[in-house]
This record gives sequence, structure tokens and C-alpha cells, in this order.
Amino acid sequence: MAQPAPLLDGLLFIAFFTAVTITGMLFGRYIGHVFSGDYSHGIPGALEARLFRFIGTSAGEEEDWMGYAREMLIFNGIGFIALLALLLLQGYLPLNPEGFGAFDPGTALHTAASFVTNTNYQIYAGEASASYLTQMAGFTVQNFLSAATGICIAIAVMRGVTRRSTDRIGNFRVDVTRCILYILLPVAFLAALLLVSQGVIQNVDPYVHAAGYGPAGPQTIAMGPVASQEAVKEFGTNGGGFFNANSAHPYENPTPFTNLVEIFLILLIPVSLPFVFGRMAGSMRQGWAIYTVMLAIYLPALGALYVAELDGNPLTGQFDVTGISMEGKEVRFGLGGTALFAASTTATSCGAVNAMFDSFMPIAGMVPMLLILLGEVAFGGVGSGFYTIIGFIVVAVFIAGLMIGRTPEYLGKKIEAQEIRMAVLTVLVPGVLVLILTGVALFLPGTAGAMHNPGPHGFSELVYTFASQSNNNGSAFAGFDASGIFYALAGAAAMTIGRFVPAVAMLALAGSIAQKKTVPPGPGTLPTTSATFTIWTILVILIVGALTFFPLFAMGPIVDHLLLSGGG
Amino acid sequence: MTEIRQAAKSGLLLFLVLFIITGFAYPLAVTLIAGAAFPYQAHGSLIVDGQDRVIGSDLIGQSFSAPFYFQGRPSETPITAYNASSSGGSNLAPGNPLLLEHIADRVRALRNAGVQGPLPSDLVMASGSGLDPAISLDAALVQVPAVAEARGLPEDEVRALVLARAESLPVPFVEPYVNVLSLNRELDRLDRRG
Repeated sequence: MAQPAPLLDGLLFIAFFTAVTITGMLFGRYIGHVFSGDYSHGIPGALEARLFRFIGTSAGEEEDWMGYAREMLIFNGIGFIALLALLLLQGYLPLNPEGFGAFDPGTALHTAASFVTNTNYQIYAGEASASYLTQMAGFTVQNFLSAATGICIAIAVMRGVTRRSTDRIGNFRVDVTRCILYILLPVAFLAALLLVSQGVIQNVDPYVHAAGYGPAGPQTIAMGPVASQEAVKEFGTNGGGFFNANSAHPYENPTPFTNLVEIFLILLIPVSLPFVFGRMAGSMRQGWAIYTVMLAIYLPALGALYVAELDGNPLTGQFDVTGISMEGKEVRFGLGGTALFAASTTATSCGAVNAMFDSFMPIAGMVPMLLILLGEVAFGGVGSGFYTIIGFIVVAVFIAGLMIGRTPEYLGKKIEAQEIRMAVLTVLVPGVLVLILTGVALFLPGTAGAMHNPGPHGFSELVYTFASQSNNNGSAFAGFDASGIFYALAGAAAMTIGRFVPAVAMLALAGSIAQKKTVPPGPGTLPTTSATFTIWTILVILIVGALTFFPLFAMGPIVDHLLLSGGG
Repeated sequence: MTEIRQAAKSGLLLFLVLFIITGFAYPLAVTLIAGAAFPYQAHGSLIVDGQDRVIGSDLIGQSFSAPFYFQGRPSETPITAYNASSSGGSNLAPGNPLLLEHIADRVRALRNAGVQGPLPSDLVMASGSGLDPAISLDAALVQVPAVAEARGLPEDEVRALVLARAESLPVPFVEPYVNVLSLNRELDRLDRRG
């Protein structure tokens, strides 16, 4: 892969996105049916009804937004406590052939918050600190539950926006159950088996002590139930690697083919959700409008990342070294497979990586940072991306309404003070967290020591650390040492606030908008499916994201790029 | 208050059910089925030699140095290169002087081993996992003259060996690459035959 092939990679991108879009449309239809309860009859229906009775609810019993939010918070709180307990007690528990002891309390707190919030920022190395029990019953469980939580909130928001004159937006426990049993579990199961067939490992063997071949010395090879976690890690846009090297590790991602499978899994649900929405709104054009916004942000970002890597490191030509900068990259993925993974994992809230972003060319490293700071709306993490983009659309509708002097409306619903408050909260909270925490960190004496690279790149590392956590992404400029106690606690707080404040705010928005009557479109109505409005929404997202953070980009990656291309 | 207590109880029951399904039933089912259907892959694609010793994995790289063997990717795993129980990359930025020092050292070592011509970047820059089992076809071909000379083998035969290992890839769009461990084992076999 020293020599990239832009033409073939371009073809790869086109073919890949055609496939993802078509599958997303079909899968969106399936998701819509699942949440409408259309598959809940016959044997699955009977089993489901039994489970609901056991936990004391029923499929017909819907809640208002406060009820929905309360169930969601309680359920996530229980998950947090269970995971925290598992991390602190792992030394006493079975399925721990390497005899790993407890996580230290700060790391345990951070890790529990990280997996419950679907962030999966990791300040520990999986194969050197987590037992198989922790990986399965701790991380894999939260990979399912946090993903389902995000999707359910998105569905509840869709119901709120599309329903009329009601305060009911669904039943969280019913939605979560259906999401896991009908959507996440079957796909993860099939994907896990497919991945194993290609070389991803799945066992509970002790680490293998290999003799090594020829001059290569003996080698201890880490093992584990990887495939079952890998599948849901990508499909639920979680991103927490079984191994420290994440999807760059050959046991997580052994071939160019598994690489594409994993990227496909990352994008599938985020791409499907606009189509679920279109169907629910009774107008596929509403779904397409949102999908267009997403693609219009994603594709140029992918292109920029690719082009920024194309010329390689200008400083290594002096050694007669040819090809792209391969530091931190794997040969088997090619530049196309590396760029596609990097853009997809940060355009969603996945955060899995198949190459080390810290070693990317400065502008290529800025692209993931930008995609994260835009709020991960193109295509967005499972669920969270969708409800965030609805927040952006509400803001866009409001500003456009002010500009043309009409009452702002979306899908025939008047947008009023409550909706705007909640949308602005959703859109701004993660960004404000990034700015405050980055600012505070800069005043701390330990921060310079936590940076792994000198100069503006070290600053990029710091920004990335908080950008990734506040927006629940989980990827990292991994050289930065975020395991110190300030970073563990600040990170845990950023992830928790960045996850649950927007989630609850959007449920509140849904609850308020669901109660409204729809008004028929008049001459003053701004059509939200028009090209003008689509472009307008893109601009609002770019202005909020890019302008808020432009000073950070200027001080980090842009200076870094200028220094590098000027020959340092 | 009773409402909250009821919700907590209900949430706990649901959590327990889903915990058992996703944390135990699912991974164990995958383990059992994958272990039965794909035992070789599920247990790590391990390579066993004639005396029943595990010598490594087909998917995990090992340290080789030119010119007697084909050299793989530089590895920056902690403690020792190709540490397969502690994966990771250098995380050095492209402009970091330390990275340039490492690259200069690696270039020097390759030149001392007799490797001539422009060097493909994968040969002097460390992989992300530190365990990359492969190098690009170009990176293998550039080592052919040095390896052939060190082994006293005809260059054509060694080149043919490399090209044969780089055939058929699972998907198009990726430049041909060569598994270094497997190439070096073939090389030893060729040497013994010669």
C-alpha cells in the first residue's frame, strides 16, 4: 500500500456507498416494522408478551416523555453500576485465565461511563487488563444496551415529531427489548460468524505461548471471545476494541474484506434511520432530505482525508522513502480502506479505528476531529446522530423562519420556545464541554507531560481527547495519556453529560412537539424537502460546528500542516 | 416515590434478562458454533510445526531481519517488537523528530543489509497494531536481490517465490501484499531443496 491507487479507491467508495444506501433503505423498512410491533405476533409475540409481563409492563402501555426519559436513565444507571462492579471485582471472578486484577477505581469509573454512554474511549489496553468475563458480560452487554438506548431515543423523537395531539411517545422497555432481540442480536450473531470464518478469533483459551519461527523469538499471543464483541462493537457504533490496537489488530480485522464488512456494519443503522423517519412521517422525501445532508457532509470529508494522505510525509523523501505515510497504518487495508474506515468511524459515533489517527498527516487527522465536533450528524451514532440532526433541523427551521418573517414549522408543527431551548441545548452542550475542558486542561501543569508529540500536534491531541469524549465518539489521538486522574474524571463527566443532556433534551422536545396539532402548509411555509432548505441545514451545521472550533483547528492541525509542508 | 421504586424494579429485571442474553447466551453460542464450524480460525489461525509446537499465527507478524530473511513492518509494541499480548502503534506524528530518527535508523539498517533502491514506506514505518503480518509486494520485491545474495539462491527463483505468494486477494482495490512469515517459511523450504 505504499503506492495508493486513487481511481480504484474512488470506484470502491462509489460501489460501497451505493450498497450501503440500498441496504439502508431496505433495513430502514425493517427497523420501522420492528418498532411498530409488526413482528410481535405468533411465537415471538407470545415470548415477548411473557417477558413484558415478567418485568411489569405491556406493549400497549405507552409513556409520556418524562416517563420515557426516566425509564431510560434508570436502565442506564443499572447498567453503569453492574459494569463498575464487574471491573472492580474482576480479580475474584471466573473466565480470567491471565489472572488480571481489578481496574483501579479512576479507570473503572471512566470505563463504565465510557461503555454505558456508547463512547468507548479506552484508557486501558484490553488484552493487558480485561478478563474474558469483563469483555463478555461487561463490555459486550453495554455494546448492546447503549446502542439500543440511542436507537430507542431516536425512534421516540421520530414518534414525537410525526404524531399529533398526544403526549405519548412509546414505552422505553418495550423499545429496548425489541431493538436488541429483533435488530442488534440477529445481525451481530450472523456478522460474528462471518468474521470468524475470515480469521477473527472466538475462544476462551489462555494466551498462546508460541515458539516463534527462525530468528523470531517466542511470542505470547493474546486470545479471547473477539468476534462476538467485534460484530456488535461496529454494528452498535460502540467502537471499544477487544485489543488495544482496536480494528488495526489482525485478530479483530484480518483482511481487506473484513475491513469492508466492519465499515458496512458501522454505517448500516445510521444510514437506515433517515429512511425509518421518512416512512414514519409518511413522506420518504423528508428522509431523503436528511440523508442528503448527511452525505453532503460525509463525502467531502472522506475526500479531504484521502487527499491529505495521498502525497505522503514530505520529510521522508530525503531518505529515498516512497509512498504514503505508513506510520500507524496496516498494509492489508490500503489507503482506501484506511480512509473509509477513519471517516466512517468519526462520522458516526463509533470510534473504532483501523489505523492510528495520531500518526495521520495533520489535515487527515483534522477531518475526524471536524466530523466529531460537528456533532457526529453525518451519519451519526446509532440513534444519537439522528436525534442530534433533528436538533439542527429545528434550529435551521427557526433561523430560516426568522429570516423570512414567518412562524417556523417542521412537518406542519409550529416550532416554539420550548423546542428551540431543547434543540439549542442538544446542539451546544457537547461543544461547550470541549471548549471548557480543553481550556481548563491547558492551565494544568500535567497536561504538557500527557502530550505524546511536541508542538501544535500535542495541542491537537488534547482537543481530540475532549472532542471525542464529549461527543461520545471514543476514537483517540492515542499517544495522549488520558489515564491521569483529572483526565479520567473529566472524561467520565464529559461523556456522561455529552450523552444524557442531549438525549433528555431531545425527548423533551419530542414530548412537546407531539402534543401540537399540524397546520396545513400555506404559502408562507418553508418546504423542508427543498434543495434550498437542505443546503441551508448543511450551512447551519457547518457554521455552528466549524466556526465554534475554528480557532482550535487553526492552533492545532492547521499550524501543524504548515510547519510540516514548509519543511519544519 | 413508589413509582420510581416500581420503575427501578422493572428496569432491573429487564437488565438481568438482557444481561444474560447478550453477555452469556450470545457470546457462548458464537463460541460454540464458530468453534465447531471454523475451529482453525476461531483459535487464532495457529501454525503448528512437525513436532506439534505452535510456532505462531498466520495472522500475527513476527520479527525478521534482512538480509537472511525478508523483513516485515517495523513494530513499536511495548517491551519488545511484535509483542502479541500488547498491541499498538508508535502514535508519533509525521513531523515528530523522534519519528524521523527512527526512520533514518531503519533505512540505515536496510542499506547495511544490502537493500538497494527507493524504499517503500511500509518497510520503514511502524504499523498501527505493531503486529501487521504483511508487507506490500513492492516492499518484498525490493528485498529480493539482498535476500538472494545472502542465501546464495538465484534471484529469479526468489522473485518467483515472492510473486507466487502475492497472488489472489479476497477483494480487489487493495495493492497486492505478502504475508512475511509464510514467505520466509517458503524461502527456507526453497533453500533446503536447493
